[in-house]
Amino acid sequence: MQEERYQKLKEIVQTYLPDDVSAEAIQMESNFTQELNINSANLVDIVLDVEDAFDIMLENEDMDGMQTVKDALQIIDYKIAAK
Amino acid sequence: MMTPDEIIDNLPYAQPFLFVDELIHVDEQSAEGTYVFEEDSSFYKGHFKDFPVTPGVILTECCAQIGLVCLGIYLLQKEIIEKQDKKPQIALSSSEMEFYLPVFPNEKVKVVSEKIYFRFGKLKCKVKLFKAEGELVCKGIVAGMFKQVSDGE
Repeated sequence: MQEERYQKLKEIVQTYLPDDVSAEAIQMESNFTQELNINSANLVDIVLDVEDAFDIMLENEDMDGMQTVKDALQIIDYKIAAK
Repeated sequence: MMTPDEIIDNLPYAQPFLFVDELIHVDEQSAEGTYVFEEDSSFYKGHFKDFPVTPGVILTECCAQIGLVCLGIYLLQKEIIEKQDKKPQIALSSSEMEFYLPVFPNEKVKVVSEKIYFRFGKLKCKVKLFKAEGELVCKGIVAGMFKQVSDGE
């Protein structure tokens, strides 16, 4: 289940990677903006795609706490559990 | 509620890079405004040599200033009024445009925009730019990030 969510998230993130960052760079601890070079506008796109893919709604506070892939997964887990 | 003139006053642009003359209408979902491309604008000297045509990037900028930034300021007006000491930070994040007709010096154009979404500070809009006679000059999708900067946010 966890692994499935991780793969799904990775696929979403991959779409928004700049050309100079490879898909292999996406790790649990990767920081979206500082390590994966994703800009703030694409980070919003990731959040919107995550909402659709996992059928959840995120709030501004969730977005603020979403620094790394791991943070995102925790928020996804929390939101799914709260459904 | 901010009036259209107050929204224009809150725009972060000045001459020679302000491409909004009049904001005709703005609400939660849409914005509409006009601009006249004065013939003495500096870009006509070089675009093109001896054949002045408004550059596509300038048309895109006009679409973004009227359609995206004016609408964004309207949507953020509560925060802007509450935190007068802070300036909203605005950045264009993407634009995808298609162009159909040239715009010549002294033409008046109208920009109409429609919100696709405004979430987490990102505003994405469908924009269209028309000639005075109503012919479509260009259309596309523009997006930008809006942030009313304040400590602890």
